[in-house]
Amino acid sequence: MSTRSVVPFGPQHPVLPEPIHLDLVLEDELVVEAIPSIGFIHRGLEKLVEKKDFGEFVYVAERICGICSFMHGMGYCEAVERTMKIEIPNRAKYLRTIWSEMSRIHSHLLWLGLLADAFGFESLFMESWRMREKILDMFEYSTGGRVIFSVNKIGGQRKDMSNDMIMDFVGILDGMEKEIKALSNTFLLDYAVKSRLDGVGILTKQQAHDLGAVGPFMRASGIHLDTRNLGYGAYSELSFEPITSDVGDSYARTDVRIREIYQSIDLIRQAAQKIPDGEFAVPVKGFPSGEYMMRVEQPRGEAIYYVKANGTKNLDRMRVRTPTFANIPGLVETLKGCQLADVPILILTIDPCISCTER
Amino acid sequence: MRHMSMINFTKTALKNFFSKPATRPYPAVPRLYPERTRGSIGIDIDACIFCGICSKKCPTGTITVSRDTKTWQIRPFGCIQCGECVSVCPKKCLTMQQNYTIPNAKKTEVSFTQAQKPTEPLSAEKNPETKV
Repeated sequence: MSTRSVVPFGPQHPVLPEPIHLDLVLEDELVVEAIPSIGFIHRGLEKLVEKKDFGEFVYVAERICGICSFMHGMGYCEAVERTMKIEIPNRAKYLRTIWSEMSRIHSHLLWLGLLADAFGFESLFMESWRMREKILDMFEYSTGGRVIFSVNKIGGQRKDMSNDMIMDFVGILDGMEKEIKALSNTFLLDYAVKSRLDGVGILTKQQAHDLGAVGPFMRASGIHLDTRNLGYGAYSELSFEPITSDVGDSYARTDVRIREIYQSIDLIRQAAQKIPDGEFAVPVKGFPSGEYMMRVEQPRGEAIYYVKANGTKNLDRMRVRTPTFANIPGLVETLKGCQLADVPILILTIDPCISCTER
Repeated sequence: MRHMSMINFTKTALKNFFSKPATRPYPAVPRLYPERTRGSIGIDIDACIFCGICSKKCPTGTITVSRDTKTWQIRPFGCIQCGECVSVCPKKCLTMQQNYTIPNAKKTEVSFTQAQKPTEPLSAEKNPETKV
């Protein structure tokens, strides 16, 4: 038996934009165990809910993460709206859906770029981010911000998109679909890329289920589950199927995410056809009371927003369970038995968002 | 067996080689902001009635309004550009401007007083009074 050694990985590592630390127990070059630790960038955002007005807290909720900022704001709003029994207008539901799907496209393109960067394919990384830039421009055009959008509020949206604007976006996305097709050919068919992804870090369906994995990480292992099917926003009126793969390796996760980009484009197209005219916000009276647990499908997986209100302007408790937090046990499982050189790729394949996780 | 190939990126690489860059030569070609860009808050101080609603609604508490001295103050580096003040202003004298706050080593405060001659909207060089 060879000697075991422990190699610290992170919190500062070239492949990680955000700090997560892993103690990798190695036997020669093989990882036999990984012990994760987080907590380097805790900001105490949940505690702020006791000081901020429940309406103002939307801006704090948005700042939990810079990539899925729209969905964090939306998830919080949906949870509070349900405690207050507010039915938001249909147009607001569609607007939320369109912006959510745009977030998903931009998050997945960002992830594809980071993946390409992790295995050293710099031009593929640039190409992915060039496309992502178009989505950011669309966000700036419609909401006024590229990262923080400030369009969510309790009771609807703060800004509307005209039907012409939505159709323009659909036109841009149609053009992007062809470019993404060319991009995905490199990710899915290229020999060099495949040699880094194929068969690396397999998570079986049973493991994914037992360890409570979420999102594309779980769906790549063959579990047919998508929180959007719960029908929040306008998803109940749009037709889509969760995208799954049966293999469960890094290649399958890339494949699932690429197909989810096409799915998101299709959902925006459907929403643009069906979006009703009318109001996009309702006035809100009174304060929330009671509690609610809202589940939202973020690009990285299912996020849970728990709010507990006491009938005053400040909530008692707000808790976010982010997808990365749920995926860390699965990540530790996939790391067992892999080569040390594959560790960065495997950490990336769960699409980690540590700022979300630590809040 | 999944299909494999080795020269998938060549077409894209060649296309990029002969096409215009996706980036802009920044200072030479300025950034054009869309109409909705949330850059910084500007005020038409002559129209202001100093009701203080903007100050009450501001989630970061960055606006200070004084009715006695007819002064409206903002700490631009504390502003999160949510646009709440602009939407609640009864006289519509607050505007969301496209230009961002110019970076500064100090967290400055900008104040506007009504008695003064008409002031330009908030921008770095034209602040009537900038104190640290």
